[in-house]
Amino acid sequence: MHRIALAMLLAAAPVLAIADDVPAPLRPGAGQETVERICSGCHTTSYIRMNAPFLSEAQWKAEVTKMRQVFGAPIEDDEVAEILAYLIAEYGAPK
Amino acid sequence: MHRRTLMLGSGAALLGAREAAAAGALSDPGLPAGTREVAEMASPPGKVKLIRLTDRPPNYETPLEAFRTPITPNNRFFVRYHLAELPTMAELKDWTLTLGGDAAAGTAKLTLADLRRLPAAEVTAVCQCAGNRRGLFSPHVPGVQWSIGAMGCARWRGARLRDVLKLVGMKPEALEVRFHGSDHGPLSETPIFRKSLPMARALDPNTLIAWEMNGAALPLANGFPARIIVPGWTATYWMKHVTSIDITSAADDGFWMQKAYRVPHGVFPAAAPFPSQDTAQNSPVTDIVVNTLVTDPVADSRVHAGGFEVRGIAWDGGSGIHQVEVSIDEGKTWQTAKLDKDLGPFAFRAWRHPIARVAPGPVALRVRATANNGAVQPDQLMFNPAGYHNNAVRTVHVVAA
Repeated sequence: MHRIALAMLLAAAPVLAIADDVPAPLRPGAGQETVERICSGCHTTSYIRMNAPFLSEAQWKAEVTKMRQVFGAPIEDDEVAEILAYLIAEYGAPK
Repeated sequence: MHRRTLMLGSGAALLGAREAAAAGALSDPGLPAGTREVAEMASPPGKVKLIRLTDRPPNYETPLEAFRTPITPNNRFFVRYHLAELPTMAELKDWTLTLGGDAAAGTAKLTLADLRRLPAAEVTAVCQCAGNRRGLFSPHVPGVQWSIGAMGCARWRGARLRDVLKLVGMKPEALEVRFHGSDHGPLSETPIFRKSLPMARALDPNTLIAWEMNGAALPLANGFPARIIVPGWTATYWMKHVTSIDITSAADDGFWMQKAYRVPHGVFPAAAPFPSQDTAQNSPVTDIVVNTLVTDPVADSRVHAGGFEVRGIAWDGGSGIHQVEVSIDEGKTWQTAKLDKDLGPFAFRAWRHPIARVAPGPVALRVRATANNGAVQPDQLMFNPAGYHNNAVRTVHVVAA
């Protein structure tokens, strides 16, 4: 009675590929390309826009550090400052 | 290139007043400005009209209108993933569940057919992200900026986890039961999504491995073909596409247990302890806190000054709802609402309350629930840095005419 028609489901069900839209571009600014290239390796850049504009300099720094040290984001040493400066300037809490 | 920008513009212009009210969360002034820009109605595969916050990984919330019934339809049920590499239906065709762990007496590998041969159990329960309403925190905290819809209530059917664990047996030193699913990060360095339960909760007869949701197969985005159901606990433990279950003698020391999903110690009382994951500083998020949602009238709408009905749902972590109260005088006096049919202690409880004649002009509706365990919604947000358990009493502003 409760049997799932698995074969039918498999034939009809799509892949969970939901990311079909190109995300809105981030704001133009120094570091934009670096942020888009590195951050979008794992997630849409909408995460940045969604978390704005309320994070302090220290909070953005904590996010970038977490992405690098916990999630393994491939951010070179000399890119950290560039990424941070961009996020704080374009998506940080108003000063 | 700028397709989405164009869609956003035209979409916003075309949204009718009724739809705008139904969407609600898209324009809630309590959300960060950036969230309101990003949020958009969308219908991803298998879903109809959810609010998209992000699409990679997919995070879609359920709009207010879908909470007018205490059971949330599968195609309106919220979607939440931490990591962007998701299983496909083609991969899940060969799905198996591996049982083992250092504190298991044996090992086993089950197919879906094996699982379905076990005695079936059913529970109606709320699946709510611990971070639901994070976007309404003040001050805002980082994370997915959910409004009110990172939750849903469904009838879940599956095998009891304890019956599954019995298939391999456990050693006396068994401490936790750990789950792993098949979604993962694009980088191998990213911590795999793993969660664990204390033994007592794993053996609770309400804890299931479900293969059915509201009488149908689980949607892909809600964990097809099988997910863990932990009635009363937040959704972080409800592992989707669960592929392995380990009985362990040690506390899971992974990021998702020890660093994420933590709240300050002692702030949110839990019905039962999770001692192997507790520290002096913080505790794992466990029990869903008592809460309400007003579904009618919607914010900023017009109501009849001659009288109107307030309706909504209330829920908690499994003690059940004792009462729901409504105030139209900023909390000075409260009137008791009528509770609708009880679908069980873990389910949404629908309620309604008639408001008699009011003076034309602004009306501020406040609603609070009290659970059977005595817990009542706080007037003020119980702030915590990661943005969990927002159950502060909310005010719905309407205009009587």
